[in-house]
Amino acid sequence: MDKRTTLAAAVAELRDGMTIGVGGWGSRRKPMAIVREILRSPVKDLTVMSYGGPDVGLLCKAGKVKRLVSGFVSLDSIPLDPHFRASRQNGSVEFRELDEGMFQWGLYAEAIRLPFLPTRAGLGSSVLEINPELKLVRSPYADGEELIAMPALALDVAFIHMNRADAKGNGQYLGPDVYFDDVMCGAAKRRFMTCERIVETKELLAGGALQTLRINRTQVDGVIEAPGGAHFTECPPDYGRDEVFQREYTASAKDEENWRRFKAEWLDVSEAEYQTKLHARRTA
Amino acid sequence: MNDATRAEICAAAVSDNFRGDGEILVSCFGSVPSLGARLAKSTHAPDLLLTDGIASLVDGVQPVSGKRAAPLVEAWMPFRSVFDLLWGGRRHVVMMASQIDRFGNQNFSAVGAHAKPSAQLIGMRGAPGNTIHHPTSYWVPNHSKQTFVERVDVVCGIGYDRAAGLSPQQRRFHEIRRVISNLGVFDFATPERRMRLASLHPGVSIDEVVKSTAFELAIPGDVPTTRLPSASELALMREQIDPEGFANKEVR
Repeated sequence: MDKRTTLAAAVAELRDGMTIGVGGWGSRRKPMAIVREILRSPVKDLTVMSYGGPDVGLLCKAGKVKRLVSGFVSLDSIPLDPHFRASRQNGSVEFRELDEGMFQWGLYAEAIRLPFLPTRAGLGSSVLEINPELKLVRSPYADGEELIAMPALALDVAFIHMNRADAKGNGQYLGPDVYFDDVMCGAAKRRFMTCERIVETKELLAGGALQTLRINRTQVDGVIEAPGGAHFTECPPDYGRDEVFQREYTASAKDEENWRRFKAEWLDVSEAEYQTKLHARRTA
Repeated sequence: MNDATRAEICAAAVSDNFRGDGEILVSCFGSVPSLGARLAKSTHAPDLLLTDGIASLVDGVQPVSGKRAAPLVEAWMPFRSVFDLLWGGRRHVVMMASQIDRFGNQNFSAVGAHAKPSAQLIGMRGAPGNTIHHPTSYWVPNHSKQTFVERVDVVCGIGYDRAAGLSPQQRRFHEIRRVISNLGVFDFATPERRMRLASLHPGVSIDEVVKSTAFELAIPGDVPTTRLPSASELALMREQIDPEGFANKEVR
């Protein structure tokens, strides 16, 4: 089956109030072309689940986020995301904060269709106060230990970005870490994968070791070729993080004037224009 | 008395804090802990495992600054493997704390009410899971009443009072080893497991520590002075591990 589609068609599936998962980690291999497409759409009141980076900051600043479920938001080389901070400090975004391992556990429970997975992580911490719906479960075995029953975290739609993919929905990461992209896909009803390049299936194995073929086509509904689609986050070995751009992004939080300028230049444009402008800047 | 800087004294204290840990993963946040862990690995603890900060374990000692040789990669350690490893317990983490209290509860999530914080910080990361699964220590480069607080606003890493509220089974892997600040070294070797001044860095007075701490510390009658790094440790730090002095920029 040919699953090739477009950014617009993928984002058109979103409805107000949906729960979305965003792959990657911090400012690393984030599906930013999709994030930019969401910013151009009218959708709002999203619950966002993410190992948070600038995806979260941008979606918060644009007023798309009602609730964030995550363990952190960081830009890696810049520890804190100023747009996310502002959204929290003005009370506009609710943060269902979890230990980052509990977060994996919740997504994984959904992916393997279990109501919960037990864990010791979170016991004794504020996680239980921030997330009052969490319950404990007692081991039915001789040890009788009481653990947190981390509930399954269900996503309406997951978005991930890979280095390579084929048109059928097989995906390949060529960097050092797949993060939790496969688990995100597992936890979602609809799954969209952007990639740097769509290639013939036979070219995948030529491009990297067998273990880099981490996403199989049962995990994906739509494939979108989006070169530079992780920019300004890193997407090795295709490109590193654009640190200059990331600093401009954080500077856009200084005041509304800076934000308006950044938004007009980089967000109120199509993805094609965005990439063209980037290219022009690099070759200038 | 040699000419060791405060950062180098702190790094030697971090190094000593890994004594007896054996073959475990060390994860460090901050320049001084990174320097201290590499100092430990270069001297008394060669079996420690260190990451490159991305997804590889690297053996030998990678400097924290200056010219780096090609790393000797010994294993793959993506985030998922880190989670597996830490829940399995073979790790000692040194985290930083925006707030820490007398029982070692730690916060780097948010200051103020969680619903609408006055300062949103990075988030809990893995602190709840770390502290309940394996030894944890803290590094606080700016010891003050704003960091050593009466009560943390969000409990990320759990302290001894919160652990005491759990069953013996639930808390059996919990251990806050030490807190190292720019003023001294602290442990929890008191009957009620509250924070105790274990040693003062050279040139720091008890009064300065007390005035910089918002809660009452346990202070023994005779407080030792944190040891100075040896000449060979100083040479290692200055010539090989941190020739550009990153750690000296973190603490004065």
